[in-house]
Amino acid sequence: MSHTEDHGPALTRQVRERSGLDPAACYQCGKCTAGCPMAGEMPTGPQQIMRKVQLGREGLLEDASIWLCLTCETCSTRCPMDCEPARIIDALRELSLEQRPGSGPRNIRAFHQAFLEQIRSHGRLFEFGLVMGFKLRSGALLDDVTAAPSMLSRGKLAFKPRRIENLAEVRRIFDACESRHKGE
Amino acid sequence: MKIGYYPGCSMHATAKDYGESLSGVTQALGVELQEVPDWACCGASSAHVTNHLLGVALPARTLATAEEHGMDRIMTPCAACYGRLCSAAVETGQDPELKREVEEVIGHPLQGSVQVLNIVELLQELLPQVEPLLVRRLEGLKLACYYGCLLLRPHKVTGFDDPEQPESMEALVRAVGAQPVAWNKRVECCGAGFSLARTGSVIRLGRGILDDAAAAGADAVVVACPMCHSNLDMRQAAMNRKQRGLPELPVLYATQVVGLAMGLDPSSLGLQRHFVSAQALVERILALPGATPAEGVA
Repeated sequence: MSHTEDHGPALTRQVRERSGLDPAACYQCGKCTAGCPMAGEMPTGPQQIMRKVQLGREGLLEDASIWLCLTCETCSTRCPMDCEPARIIDALRELSLEQRPGSGPRNIRAFHQAFLEQIRSHGRLFEFGLVMGFKLRSGALLDDVTAAPSMLSRGKLAFKPRRIENLAEVRRIFDACESRHKGE
Repeated sequence: MKIGYYPGCSMHATAKDYGESLSGVTQALGVELQEVPDWACCGASSAHVTNHLLGVALPARTLATAEEHGMDRIMTPCAACYGRLCSAAVETGQDPELKREVEEVIGHPLQGSVQVLNIVELLQELLPQVEPLLVRRLEGLKLACYYGCLLLRPHKVTGFDDPEQPESMEALVRAVGAQPVAWNKRVECCGAGFSLARTGSVIRLGRGILDDAAAAGADAVVVACPMCHSNLDMRQAAMNRKQRGLPELPVLYATQVVGLAMGLDPSSLGLQRHFVSAQALVERILALPGATPAEGVA
């Protein structure tokens, strides 16, 4: 039986469309959770995430677990059914940002925002700017301040961003990708 | 020999030592790294997490630029950049609809003609040229080769080595006379992009990796990624090795290991920039029997 037709709960269908993958193929062997470096910190491990996607449990979109995935791809490498849990979790994060904005751990959200803002501003990641942008967004103002002098003495801190020449092109890419998302 | 080069964002700042050792080694070998003109960030580790199309489009722009400048291969020293570039190449290669969409978004055609290499692949390929330039064999040096995630996974994207039992870094350190140790956490994740957002996880994962490498008798860990390096080197102090009565473990870039065996000056390889001092290890290596470095190399 094919599971790729337009059936099943809304979340299951959306994940299928976004990822091009079939979560129904998962038979819950648990290899993904067994190898996941973050499973111990996740309220819902990868195997359970797969099951909840099959069942269309919308609560997943507010579950911190989807933001704790490091995309190390161990699960996708080991999955005997080629379900690619890491890719499915990417799709869940996309959906979460659109449908449940503001959910997910603050620090991780702040990091992604600060990271993408760096690329939009300079075309490249400017690490010092990333750290500052992250601190402002997360409120973790004093974390790691002791690292700065030792990074400086090792020549590992650049204070000036290297902006690319055709920044306009990168910004167009950002705009186009973001509008396509919303237009779906 | 010339090869296209995509440095990635870390090479000029936190991974300055990696950049220095890479240019030292490639110059000594007569390899010209041609930087992809006006390259942009590949988007790791945030673009693909928040917007799949953006996660493909950013590295695809780099591939398109490389094609337009006649580059048939590009090497990137960062495992995360490598993963994203491979992923963009494979996904657009397999999905014509996605390829059309990406071409539209980036405003460039994509031929799909560029091959993406990681640093280990390049060094392996250069081994025949490295061997005559070796001034010493790193005899007695026990190294834990650490692959981490994205050099290998997902295997259908990278096609590199074996995703569970890789051999290429071990072959490389063996070729310069060092002894790779057998250990368990070679392909475990170091916490990658969580260094700022969830430092505790990075410390937990790094501690497990370093403890395992040390238990296997390693003198140092060898990495091929700037993120692995900063997570295992810069964050090592927080892993409380000293407090637990364990020795600190220097973390070396693969390019530094090869450079030391070629007799390059340790400071030109950026070895003084590490957080965990590599000085004792470097002194031990310099004391090994070897020929005088070739003229002009150091």
